Amino acid sequence: MRLERRAYVSTKLVIVAPILAILASLSLSGILIILAGVNPFIAYFEIVKGAFGSKLAITETLTRASPLILTGLAAAVAFRARLWNIGGEGQFYIGALVAAAVGNNLLLGLPVIISMTLIMLSAMIAGAVLLAGPALLRLRFGIDEVVTTLLLNFIIILFVGLMIEGPLKDPFAFGWPQSVPVDRSLRFADLVPSSRLHNGFLISIFAAFSIWIVVTRTVFGLKARATGFTPQAAAFSGISLSKTIMGVALISGALAGLAGAIEVMGVTGYVTTTLSPGFGYAGIVVAMLAALHPGGVIASAIFIASIFVGADAMSRATGVPSFIADVIMSLSLLTMLIAIFFTNYRIRR
Amino acid sequence: MIEALEILTNASLWSAVLRIATPLIFGVLGALLCERVGVLNLAIEGIMTMGAMIGWLSVYLGADLWTGLAIAAISGGIIGLLHAFLTVQLSLSQHVSGLGITLFASSLAYFIYRLVVNVGSLPPTIEPFQPIEIPVLSELPFVGEVFFSQMGPTYLAIFCVLLMAYILRRTPLGLAIRMTGENPHAVDAQGLNPIVIRVFAIVVGSALMALGGSFLTTAAFNSFFPEMVQGRGWICIALVIFASWQPGKAFFGAILFSFFDAYQLRLQHVVEDVPYQLFLMAPYVLSILALILVSRRSKVPEALMEPYRRGER
Amino acid sequence: MDTVLEINKISKRFGSLVANDSVSLKLGKGEILALLGENGAGKTTLMNIIYGHYTADSGKINVLGKNLSGGKPREAIEAGIGMVHQHFSLAGNLTVLENVMIGSESLFKRSSDKQFAKDKLLSISEKFGLPVSPGALISSLSVGERQRVEILKALYRNAKILILDEPTAVLARPEAEKLFKTLREMTKEGLSLVFISHKLHEVMSAADRVTVLRGGKVVAERETKKTSKEELAELMVGHQVNRPIRKAQSIGKKVIEASNITVKHKNQIQLDNISFSINEGEILGIVGISGNGQAALGRLVSGIGEPASGKLTFFEAKMNGFTPRDCINSGIGRIPEDRNTEGIIGELNIWENAIIERLHEPSFSKGGFIRKKSARAFANDLIKKFDVRGATSETQARLLSGGNMQKLVLGRALSVSPKLIVANQPTRGLDEGAIAAVHKELLKARSEGVAILLISEELEEAVGLADRLQAIVKGKLSEPITAENADATRLGLMMAGVWDTIDET
Repeated sequence: MRLERRAYVSTKLVIVAPILAILASLSLSGILIILAGVNPFIAYFEIVKGAFGSKLAITETLTRASPLILTGLAAAVAFRARLWNIGGEGQFYIGALVAAAVGNNLLLGLPVIISMTLIMLSAMIAGAVLLAGPALLRLRFGIDEVVTTLLLNFIIILFVGLMIEGPLKDPFAFGWPQSVPVDRSLRFADLVPSSRLHNGFLISIFAAFSIWIVVTRTVFGLKARATGFTPQAAAFSGISLSKTIMGVALISGALAGLAGAIEVMGVTGYVTTTLSPGFGYAGIVVAMLAALHPGGVIASAIFIASIFVGADAMSRATGVPSFIADVIMSLSLLTMLIAIFFTNYRIRR
Repeated sequence: MIEALEILTNASLWSAVLRIATPLIFGVLGALLCERVGVLNLAIEGIMTMGAMIGWLSVYLGADLWTGLAIAAISGGIIGLLHAFLTVQLSLSQHVSGLGITLFASSLAYFIYRLVVNVGSLPPTIEPFQPIEIPVLSELPFVGEVFFSQMGPTYLAIFCVLLMAYILRRTPLGLAIRMTGENPHAVDAQGLNPIVIRVFAIVVGSALMALGGSFLTTAAFNSFFPEMVQGRGWICIALVIFASWQPGKAFFGAILFSFFDAYQLRLQHVVEDVPYQLFLMAPYVLSILALILVSRRSKVPEALMEPYRRGER
Repeated sequence: MDTVLEINKISKRFGSLVANDSVSLKLGKGEILALLGENGAGKTTLMNIIYGHYTADSGKINVLGKNLSGGKPREAIEAGIGMVHQHFSLAGNLTVLENVMIGSESLFKRSSDKQFAKDKLLSISEKFGLPVSPGALISSLSVGERQRVEILKALYRNAKILILDEPTAVLARPEAEKLFKTLREMTKEGLSLVFISHKLHEVMSAADRVTVLRGGKVVAERETKKTSKEELAELMVGHQVNRPIRKAQSIGKKVIEASNITVKHKNQIQLDNISFSINEGEILGIVGISGNGQAALGRLVSGIGEPASGKLTFFEAKMNGFTPRDCINSGIGRIPEDRNTEGIIGELNIWENAIIERLHEPSFSKGGFIRKKSARAFANDLIKKFDVRGATSETQARLLSGGNMQKLVLGRALSVSPKLIVANQPTRGLDEGAIAAVHKELLKARSEGVAILLISEELEEAVGLADRLQAIVKGKLSEPITAENADATRLGLMMAGVWDTIDET
């Protein structure tokens, strides 16, 4: 048995791959659901119902997808250039924190649109700067950014905790410590009334399209792809690897930071240390399921969001631990890897 | 200030250092073994989580402590087999495969735990390892408390360091492991199978990692709770680089690291105004600093991260 | 004579490529057999099959009376076959002894017997006249020394049949001669040898018999004393070799001049006080054995890496510290040494690769956005003009064959109307047809007044194309000689570093 690289990759396979991967992961997770003593078909039905079964459910799913689209984009952009940004979680939090800090104080009488844009921009800058550190360490010292971004996640979350128990503490909140809130006037309005779905969702969609255009149509996008595929040839052709990688890092970090800002401005209004149930890491799965395609990230994010929203409801209904959502998500990543592999290679006897 | 220094003279500090170091020692050895054959094993965080859960669960369900550890090690080996399949057989990205498995193993661990233990109640506890007092030697002042009154797994960890150092340096197996990480084609040309060697090392390395995780729930603490590994796996990955891929240095790296960890715990009681988060941040910041420090001189195994495909040159 | 190795109707294909087509040959005891053929003729594949790196699709291998089932180097080693690979199978961070020992002891053994291994190694080393120091790290050894370790590895495992893949590719003439002398001595000790080569003079002088492969098939077998270089050349290629011929022409003004340039890398001198100059309409050929600084020279003039000292001028203007971007902007067309890792980005398509050096030009981008239509048109133009086969502008570049990839790289370099072309091993790994095409384009550019720096390990190519030649040896450049004065002996001496006898330009 030998593995042979395919001469050309049919588009059919590329589209079918994620579907097969998801089916495989659902089947395997089904085994776990059986272990919990529940009929998997019932469980999956409850998940679908919980995610899409009512107007409220759909808006919940889309609300949950909003930050995932952005962290997914962050991962996709970085991974295309072979910059392994695993720090989406930390970049999310720093963006959220900066958004809260700025949004609490930005009462300069500027038009609301301008103020909100400023808040988002500052969050993006924070996220970008955060990733710039590990990127520099890699460019200068050859230090693997996987480890540095991962370690930074822990550092940043502790830092956020420090800030919201200290300088950024909300004096009017009772119970768990939370940050000062973004001013009411500067939060996202509801996209769908009496739901949690807010206008920030539109920003996420817009970001996805913008990134898609950058990747496929701009000079920078081509440089980033070239750097990711064959860095030596890219350098030989005159592309500055360090400038390109740094550029990619700034964009990726900014996207994740923006995710944090949008969540604060649209959903909670303030920051806590549990603001993110793993959006950063989920973003990696979102990106891989979308095969790093910016447009596909939207579909992939909605899929992952639906799993989590649906699983919460399903868990209440059937008693299957809601961790099944994390299992389905991570299994999907692994099955997707295998599926991508088989779109590139075939087995030969 | 005096109190801060006084802590250093306390034998209980140093005893704690060895105890805190134990999961790190197992983790570093496991990661080191994988990287010596050329495979980065980022599944470590997930494997340690699973090891922690399964080790605890086995004891909770009636097994004795050492059996619990063994079951944890086996579970680690199985997860390692998955990572080996993806990265060695299919030559998938070692980064993404490792991260995916970490997410999977962690979530699976939490899921299984949740099946057994209900939400809301305090996490149930088990009877953890007790220190083994080595006769006569444990009576010695200071040294007795530090070195000869540790728990069984700690002694095992130290033994593993010595064993691995010996195997790598002095046995044909160790040479095969080292060369696979330098040039798998050379290994193949000499009649050995680098794929088998890689899989073997990954499985054993993952078992070690799981042992480290299980120490957390059977000795350090006595219950399991989500996020308890707290990034120790990633710290181990950094420590491997810091140790230049050598078991002896890895041991000292783990000790050095745990010293800072143990010290900051006690320092918190003495220094009152500093937010506790700063202390908790220290291990992660130190790891990054260690990486920067070592970045110049590291002698990386040449075939680390390079997939090996037979027949392709 | 006893037959020690017999290959019977071995066939092997990789996808649609037939590497070996029903190949049969025999090796007698104490014989030196040469396997001759062009690049891509199937020589290395065949030897890899014998050694077990690959499994044949069909056919039989018989070693010393035993049939090999194939696919396992261990089986070949135990049968007495040893292989000296072209790209050494050595681990740089480990010692000579460790590299030799690996695989010789059971993995279940509790302790390595290093003393025994060391004694055995030293005794073999002495017996065959291949001195080594067991404790030395491979990374500290020279190329010739590393090859010795490769050979000792095989002898340590008691090889009776030795396969050598292009053994002199990285050796200078004197070292190569010494190697063959050593090999001949080995046959007197009962060893039998097969060596792969594409160098005719070597085959004629060192081998007893030669088997010629072409297109995966055996086309001829001869005893070397009963054939000639010309006959072998024709058998190897299958027809009269028709490479384009350089015509004399006048040269224009100076295009590039290097004066006393030294290039260092991590405190090691790669280029040592070199000087050269090229004028319009002239080809300067840099000849030398691989590993003497060619890569550094190519990098220097391609904009990668700055000289530690010395002056580099381009049309009289200073060129020190050029980046690849500067080179491209100044009109320097570059053909890199390794098209797969430096020249082409396989995962991108043809038009993306075509414009990759010129992304900022207004014809290909505007306001940061790529002008896809003009890029595609440009690519199609290149494909037509340079006969790049098997692709459209949207095809992924990695699907091109080596020859077509090189034509694309060449076309890309020529399309910027360069004043200087840096061609580093431009025909490496190509078949005769592609080689002729590349030579044609280079000579055409020359006739249009372009200056060309040709760095080549193929002496025949350099002599055929260049107006003047300089040899590069251990980072130093010899004085230039004209093509008229370049005969085989002279060049051989130059490439070996003997420069004192050169007295005219």
